[in-house]
Amino acid sequence: MYFEFYEPKFPISKIYNRNQRHWFVLTLSNLKQHRPKSRKGKINWARSQEADHFANTVKLYRQGKYDADSFRRFRLQHGAYGTRLTSDYAMVRIKLPAGEIYPHQLEKLSQLSEQFSIGSAHFSTRENIQLHWVVLEDVSEIFRGLAEVGLTTREACGNSIRNVMCSPLSGVCPDEEFDSTPYALATARFFLRNPMAQNLPRKFKFNFTCCEKHGMVRMVDVGLIPQTRQQEGSTQKGFKVFLGGGLGNKSFVGYQLEEFTPEEDLLFTSMAVVRIFDRIGDRKNMARNRMRYLVNEMGWEKFQNLVLKERAIVRATQSVVTRLNVDDTPNEIKRPIRISDESGSSNSDGYERWLKGNTFKQKQSGYYSVFITLEAGDITSNQLNILSELIQDFSSEGLARCGFNQDVALRFVHEDDLPRLYSQLLNAGLAKSGALTMAAPIGCSGTTSCNLALTNSHRLAKEIQRKFLELKLDEDDDLRDSSIKISGCPNSCGQHGIATIGFFGGGGRVGKDMYPNYMMQLGGRSDGETMLGISCLRVPAKRVIPVILKIIDLFKQNKKPEDDLKSWIRRVVNGIDDSEIKSMDDIKKILTPLITPPSKTDDPDFYSDYGNDTSYHTKTGKGECAA
Amino acid sequence: MCRLSQEKVVKITTDVDTLRSEIKDKSVRVIDVRREEDYKKNHIPTAVNLPLANLLSDDSPERVIKLINSMGIDDETSVVVYDDTFGALASRVAWTLEYLGHSDVSLLDTTYSRWKSIGLENDNLVPEVQTKEHSLKLRPEILATSDYLESAKEKEGVILVDNRERLNFLEQHIPGAMSLPYRTLATQDKILRPKEDMKRLLDNRGISGDTEIITYCGSVGTLSGLAYYALKSVGLPNVKLYVRSFKEWKGLSKPTEKQEEANYWDLSAE
Repeated sequence: MYFEFYEPKFPISKIYNRNQRHWFVLTLSNLKQHRPKSRKGKINWARSQEADHFANTVKLYRQGKYDADSFRRFRLQHGAYGTRLTSDYAMVRIKLPAGEIYPHQLEKLSQLSEQFSIGSAHFSTRENIQLHWVVLEDVSEIFRGLAEVGLTTREACGNSIRNVMCSPLSGVCPDEEFDSTPYALATARFFLRNPMAQNLPRKFKFNFTCCEKHGMVRMVDVGLIPQTRQQEGSTQKGFKVFLGGGLGNKSFVGYQLEEFTPEEDLLFTSMAVVRIFDRIGDRKNMARNRMRYLVNEMGWEKFQNLVLKERAIVRATQSVVTRLNVDDTPNEIKRPIRISDESGSSNSDGYERWLKGNTFKQKQSGYYSVFITLEAGDITSNQLNILSELIQDFSSEGLARCGFNQDVALRFVHEDDLPRLYSQLLNAGLAKSGALTMAAPIGCSGTTSCNLALTNSHRLAKEIQRKFLELKLDEDDDLRDSSIKISGCPNSCGQHGIATIGFFGGGGRVGKDMYPNYMMQLGGRSDGETMLGISCLRVPAKRVIPVILKIIDLFKQNKKPEDDLKSWIRRVVNGIDDSEIKSMDDIKKILTPLITPPSKTDDPDFYSDYGNDTSYHTKTGKGECAA
Repeated sequence: MCRLSQEKVVKITTDVDTLRSEIKDKSVRVIDVRREEDYKKNHIPTAVNLPLANLLSDDSPERVIKLINSMGIDDETSVVVYDDTFGALASRVAWTLEYLGHSDVSLLDTTYSRWKSIGLENDNLVPEVQTKEHSLKLRPEILATSDYLESAKEKEGVILVDNRERLNFLEQHIPGAMSLPYRTLATQDKILRPKEDMKRLLDNRGISGDTEIITYCGSVGTLSGLAYYALKSVGLPNVKLYVRSFKEWKGLSKPTEKQEEANYWDLSAE
């Protein structure tokens, strides 16, 4: 495009565009030199009037015209969570249905995190992006900004249907029967703001996945794996539906509803389950009223019958045609045009290491999914902007997908572009290796912002990641499929129950002195052989890293040739290993010397948590998960 | 911001097109407050250079008046100030002019980088300036000292605004202050939000009417200088800048407050 100033006396200049052969007025906005227009989402999740409504309600609440309990319910329904020991601030949770996020949305989040939060944002384990320490009175301004880019926080917290998740590999996984993304989006769309889901006994979660291996379908209220069957010569799409699982103070593994749930029954099944939960779920005992408790108390067979009956009723009694609006026109895959031809640093040591630990070969030949691991999910506002640019420059589908591990993935990256992408990620501080390995632990927000937290699990996850990368443990194939997950209290936001090595926080005590302490659980997993970790022993915060390294050490000494850490731990927790370490008791015995508290004068650091100079003590506020 | 219809009192910012025509009409004195070496490379045509550091090295009224005279500014001169630091440095200089009694000073509504990035004219010529005589009529009503602040804080309805970043605020602030980080005040390409936006934001925070408002930031009153103009831009009549800000407050060992029992720093990816 050729610009030429035409009439300098004009208050605004005119420019002649020779390509298009016309004059146009030069204003600041049309002079912005940008990439070609980035792709935008098909669904607008936002309702802009919700911003005004929220702002007005905050005013009424501050004036005492809205009681605290009603306000809290209202706030949570709109996606603003309370913050640790203060009512002045909120955490704003932005839902990304199916984990999809587009470049212009990341740009907006970058601005909002800088303007209203702490200059960083947080990728959660449930495909939300969170802005922390937002002044309650500013929350509506964030809503306003989000509405400009089609995003919402509605029903991201509270007793509602939370973000509908989908595997970041759906659509690219070689083992999937079909892409479940359109079904996840359609389900999210159906239930968002739907009156039937505004006042459930408790929160309710849907997870779609690609295959048995990549997902958490048995650890959620409704989990769905796509499958197909042949019927009368044609291929029928459907799902394996798992119900009643979930992680929490008490965790349960979900049950499969039936052999095959055809796609046209997907919505009726979902509605039936939500209706049953709404009707007979426990509204009194908030601590034990997720649907998994209902299933557990009633017994699976009874619950299963109830769902099947309810589904028949739902199917038969819809007064209008009710169906999922599944838009399965495939996303356009278009490799971004190269403007410059700088080459990446494929020769560096780092590149090979990154390639191995961070990329996934897609079923589409020549294309890779590239995972970006963020320390405990945290990303700066500047990095959000860079991510937006990298999507436009490298992802042939023009969007990013959130992962399950506080991470984010660029998919449909052409293999020839990987070295260049690596080098740009490296410049932006986004090329930490080991994203798909044990070196990418999860840490919930812990005492950085959560009312219930007892320990700084968030920082501990960062410390572990740094140590693992320093020791290059991300390169160890034996550790690749294992995981470390940390929660700052017995609730399971950090998903410790499904980790190979999981931790949840509490306090330990020597005489009158307290120290941060974690219960360690071993052997959890969320794949086709889902099981919950078995409690091993309590590990002081400042001994967690040495204990993990010791376990790896023991594994290396006792493993069989075909073992990885996951398979070895599985035998040990089941007490069926035949090496020197036969059971959990053997592990405990070896680890016990490592966890013995030193005296406070010998090692004062032991008695303070990560991120604190002062002695550890516990202090919590009221949780809002149950609000 | 049309110059014809405006009433002189509420001109906080000057937009790019207006400034360009004022430069052409020779009806404005433009001050570039960036460092001298940056100014020498290139600047907005006709601009004179007053690096903020130079001003701050001795900002006694007597000296600053001399600087103002040497830039060819008298009581009637229309002045526009710009920087490349989201308007914060320019605000601090503009506020100083106001404090000394100059009434016609405004901020360029964008930064020099942006001015250049959209291809607007610039040169490296240093204009010849004829010294003028400016009167000195201090306006103490727009200044807050630490003593003043301490007594004002006790008064009902006075609002104290901290314009540092949120994490710094949580870590330590003057008791009773409200956190309004400087980034909140700007948009992507303008140093201040549009008036309606700003008004709504401040209304939500309960900042409206003729309340007395005092702004402060980390050290020399730049970020809070920008906030001073943000508040003025929506017509708030009673705004003061605590120009020596938190650095002085801490230096005087005055009381501070902290958001206790939370490890918010560990949420930052910086």
